[in-house]
Amino acid sequence: MTQHVSPPRDGTGKAAPVDGPPAWRGVIARADVRTLSLLGVLAALVLIGGITKPDEFLDTRNLQLVLTQASVIGVVTVGMTFVIISGGIDLSVGAIVALASVWATTVATQEYGFFGILFTAIVVGVGCGLVNGVLIAYGAMVPFIATLAMLASARGLALQITDGRTQIVTVDGILDLGERDSYVLGIPPLVLVFAAVTVIGWLVLNRTTFGRRTVAVGGNAEAARLAGIDVRRQRLYLYLLSGLCCGIAAFLLIVLSGSGQNTNGNLYELDAIAAAIIGGTLLSGGRGTIVGSVLGVLIFTTITNIFALNNLQSDVQQIAKGAIIVAAVLVQRRTASTH
Amino acid sequence: MAPEPPLLSMSGITKSFPGVRALDGVDLEVQAGEVHCLLGQNGAGKSTLIKVLAGAHQPDTGTIRWRGEDVTLRSPIAAMRLGIATIYQELDLVEHLSVAENVHLGHEPTTAGFVVRGRAAKASTAQLLRRLGHSEIDPGRLVGELSAAQQQIVSMARALSHDVRLIVMDEPSAALDPDEVDNLFRIVADLTADGVAVVYISHRLEEIRRIGDRVTVLKDGRAVAGGLPAKETPTREVVALMTGRNVEYVFPDRPAAAPQGEPVLSVRGLSRQGEFAALDLEVRPGEIVGLAGLVGSGRSEILETVYGARRPTSGQVLVDGRPLRPGSVRAAVRAGLGLAPEERKAQALLMLESVTRNVSVSSMSRFARGGWIDRGAELGAARAATRELSLRPDNPSVPVRTLSGGNQQKAVLARWLLRGCRVLLLDEPTRGVDVGARAELYAVIRRLADEGLAVLLVSSEVPEVLGLADRVLVLREGRVVHEAPARELDEHRVLDLVMEGSPAS
Repeated sequence: MTQHVSPPRDGTGKAAPVDGPPAWRGVIARADVRTLSLLGVLAALVLIGGITKPDEFLDTRNLQLVLTQASVIGVVTVGMTFVIISGGIDLSVGAIVALASVWATTVATQEYGFFGILFTAIVVGVGCGLVNGVLIAYGAMVPFIATLAMLASARGLALQITDGRTQIVTVDGILDLGERDSYVLGIPPLVLVFAAVTVIGWLVLNRTTFGRRTVAVGGNAEAARLAGIDVRRQRLYLYLLSGLCCGIAAFLLIVLSGSGQNTNGNLYELDAIAAAIIGGTLLSGGRGTIVGSVLGVLIFTTITNIFALNNLQSDVQQIAKGAIIVAAVLVQRRTASTH
Repeated sequence: MAPEPPLLSMSGITKSFPGVRALDGVDLEVQAGEVHCLLGQNGAGKSTLIKVLAGAHQPDTGTIRWRGEDVTLRSPIAAMRLGIATIYQELDLVEHLSVAENVHLGHEPTTAGFVVRGRAAKASTAQLLRRLGHSEIDPGRLVGELSAAQQQIVSMARALSHDVRLIVMDEPSAALDPDEVDNLFRIVADLTADGVAVVYISHRLEEIRRIGDRVTVLKDGRAVAGGLPAKETPTREVVALMTGRNVEYVFPDRPAAAPQGEPVLSVRGLSRQGEFAALDLEVRPGEIVGLAGLVGSGRSEILETVYGARRPTSGQVLVDGRPLRPGSVRAAVRAGLGLAPEERKAQALLMLESVTRNVSVSSMSRFARGGWIDRGAELGAARAATRELSLRPDNPSVPVRTLSGGNQQKAVLARWLLRGCRVLLLDEPTRGVDVGARAELYAVIRRLADEGLAVLLVSSEVPEVLGLADRVLVLREGRVVHEAPARELDEHRVLDLVMEGSPAS
């Protein structure tokens, strides 16, 4: 009664058909195109800056300033990029930066000196990330909601700590870091920290199991779970990472401004998300690059600088930023639809 | 037959999807006031056909005549305007809206064109529900609060809220209790008495005998019989029509000796409320055990529960005699289980990633020191695993989405091969794999078993289970109704078992 037929050989000799030409070359090319086009935009901006304000823009001090400003939001964006690649979102980064910066600059904390401030900023950042992560990973809360709640409470707590006053830093070690004397080969230490965070972020994303798991969770959480990945633990770690980056950024901000304020980090969440998005990170998760995000940050900071040098109001800046986000996403949509 | 033209007459309908010809010249003729049953195995083309009828798919060729006139059904709205309503298996209701709002969704009674007249909507909904014999459903309640059977009634009320002449019901009885089925049949009888035609899809032959007038049998995208009398045609003839096969699958030889040794996988009394009950099975190294059953028989749910992706209500899964922590995929993977799930793209593959990364995802730590991945070792291992399965193209750096269905499945198998898994759970392993590549996949699965893997196979294609497995468990509605060596079964007998629960005379 069996109706199956024995094969002449074991049947593996025949190759299955392959769809079309190898499309992977196209993917590599597209990834390059994306990075190149971001570099092109950046180069164009530098050109515009150089033409409109030749003396001011290309001045070493100005370029140092641009990079320093990019450093604070840049560190936040590296953490945000990981979170977005995993399919999540962290709306609380700006508020965490504010809270960490004021907690680390209270009179009591400043008594512990340089490392007291550094330690506090990082512990507060990681602590907030822990709350976010536990709520999202184990409390099954939607990242948008959990981090929105954190945004509100961290800002509130920051206001409560400062009572709305600016907390001036009196620790010499901190203030010295912002001085020109501590520049290494003309590079401000803050920029070196940003560079280090970028390199480490790139390595973690591209060379470690942590990075792979992040991409897998964001690309297809169900597949990741069925492949044996602990999706919840990975999510927890990602919000811890974002909190850590916020803590570092808060420290950089303290060095930069010599103070702690509850209004610090205002709208950082939007700037970081925008930078990641124009850098090619999919908001739905599964794909993104550190290099793209950092280029996104540099583009935004350069625009701000050029507009300021040309005495254009911030409202025009905002409109330009919005236009760039829309343009970048439209370009991405086109490349994505050719898949 | 009356001299007037049939209500609906579809002829020569073809519809192709990439790689599949779902419909290959289907004819279907439905008279007003009849219950026309559509029968066929999974993949025979039933859903595609009703989607064409509902305006959700556009046919490639073929004509549709409605009350004697040629029509094109450009959209679901166009079909609805003609009076064709479809009640899908997955009900398409909005849970957060009320019953009345769902019934009138898209054609709300309004004042001045936009102010919804809520009371009028409720009143007409209540009337429809009365007509369906379910006046106890409050039109103001949220649909999400209703039982599955009540939701189906709401779906039907929605169909009737249009001036409907033909209702398509896709396995309406699948989610219903016996007395609810009786009520459904009463409604169907009322509708046909009013001259409405019903196209009724079911796997249950006894239902078709009870309410059907005529039967059209689909197989491999063709109508192999149209307009058979539903009550008189013998079961054996219907089953023969459903199974008569054009494509001969090539299955690998079974090993000469039955596999010996202690079972590596044992399942004891495994149950999940509403899905399957009291399942016992054992799989030995080198053995392929197949689960045969229709959609809704609990096949995929069983595999996912064994794998820990669903938590059982009761029962145990043991590997080498040691019980697994229930509801933990990680425990299952650590114990040596691997799953190739039914929905490959949604449940197994990282579509944006390369083959290498898809293969290595479950064994990453093996190539990592302190979290740092040795990419050379990873690529080498992925290449070895994919070569062993003759995955094409022979380049694991290509994105997995560029592979054909069969090679994507091989990438999933390579993942577990690389992990060194000992029990392979295969859920519809040849879904979306074209016929030519199937034989190769069968040979790969058999070879893995010969190398000592225990394989638990689930498929809705009975010949596949019979051809590939050593031992077969036949499922019907979540219970094992028969167990036998595959050699002792044939397709007719299995289909009799899954459709009627007892062997045909």
